[in-house]
Amino acid sequence: MILEVTNLTMKFDNKEIFKDLNFKLEAGSMTTLLGPNGTGKTTLINILMNLLSPTSGSFKFADNVKLGYVPQFRNIDVEYPLSIKSFVGLNAPTFKNKQVRADIQQELEEVNLSAIQNTRMGEASGGQKQRAYLAQALLDKPNMIILDEATASLDPVAKEELMQLIQHLNQKHQMTVLFVTHDLPLAKKYMKEYLYLNHGRIEQGKMSEFEGDYE
Amino acid sequence: MFAFSFMRYAFFASTFIAITCGVVGVYVVARSYSFLAHTLSEIGFAGAAFAVFLGVEPLWGMLLFTLLGSVSVGELSLHSDQKESSISAISALFIGLGVLFLAISNSNSRYATSILFGSIIGVDREGVLRLVVLSVIVLLLLGLVQRQLNFDSFDHIGAIARGVKTGWVSFVFLIALAMAVSIGSQIVGSLLVFILLTLPASSARYLGKSILAMILWSVGIALIGVWLGLYLGFITNWPVTFFIAMIEVAIYLTTYFTHLVRHKL
Repeated sequence: MILEVTNLTMKFDNKEIFKDLNFKLEAGSMTTLLGPNGTGKTTLINILMNLLSPTSGSFKFADNVKLGYVPQFRNIDVEYPLSIKSFVGLNAPTFKNKQVRADIQQELEEVNLSAIQNTRMGEASGGQKQRAYLAQALLDKPNMIILDEATASLDPVAKEELMQLIQHLNQKHQMTVLFVTHDLPLAKKYMKEYLYLNHGRIEQGKMSEFEGDYE
Repeated sequence: MFAFSFMRYAFFASTFIAITCGVVGVYVVARSYSFLAHTLSEIGFAGAAFAVFLGVEPLWGMLLFTLLGSVSVGELSLHSDQKESSISAISALFIGLGVLFLAISNSNSRYATSILFGSIIGVDREGVLRLVVLSVIVLLLLGLVQRQLNFDSFDHIGAIARGVKTGWVSFVFLIALAMAVSIGSQIVGSLLVFILLTLPASSARYLGKSILAMILWSVGIALIGVWLGLYLGFITNWPVTFFIAMIEVAIYLTTYFTHLVRHKL
């Protein structure tokens, strides 16, 4: 088991977002967190990432977990000056040693961005940007990755590319994946398990058995 | 030209100031703090006027006011919904105070002119030493937090997601910025110090694709501005600040239009 959530409750100004959430994730699992817009999916992720404190309840990651996180929004406009390579290496020192440079190259290859690594992020397509965000998170060599609505603004081809990449990370590197989306067809095609958050409650199961029809 | 000791001092001090402002500027532009840098220079003017009123070196008054101002204005701009209006109000308050301090200190108008428009030619050996030490402190401060500062300035959301203490990084940077404003004011004056803090770095954004490349471009462009400005000021006897401003604007416009032609046409 890589994550255990116990009786997690969140309220904002007396407005209850969710109550007594309980679930577990196994190491190497590929889970989607589903639910309509506004049900608290990002709130739940922010709690798991220690960016928000829950009203009550707790969660615990396995001791050996190394977490990578790709947030939902980024401030990258068309004038953004850094190259894809520099963006991916932002969490490394300004003067990078050989090992760090090799790690950056490895992640760029992993997400198929080596050929355009010198393109400015501002000029990259939506799909390329998402893959760069992913590469940046992968630079720390995580064994679990959380992606928040990573496909939300992508065209169908870019969506497929990103999902195949996530599938590859799960299958080749046994990386645990928690993928937040409200795109049900995409989740059905690529994910194995689901967490369904709606009306303040959560349910868990195999993706093939998911029967919710919130869309 | 270097036969004159005042020109040697001016070149030496300007070199350190240009390096400091060039480096700090990259983060000023990346963090969209240009307006804040402008406000800080006005706060610096009030500080210098206050120092004149007390009869101490203007640089110390500037440092005191910009340090206090940068942390409080920085906090305000981070947390207020109407940050531009509140910064404008603070700006007005400090300019008013600056004018008052100058008036009640009975200093002549030349003093005001040198605070507002710079007086690098008048800097002495001791002044040079002060500026060099302060420049080194600013660069050390940035070096201390460079990794987090890079991440936070160029990918704020990513940095938060990765657990970077962005509030702390911001605080350290605001202190470095306040010091850079104070020392930069010694050469171009408090009215125009934002030239050195924003224009070289803005040009560098079009020329470099990594933070290190941007820093090198920014410092290089700032150095060209101050060196050429001092030289032209020396041979024409026109204000150095005028030449620095014109050179930096010309370089910025050239890089901007080159970028526009390459990418939009």
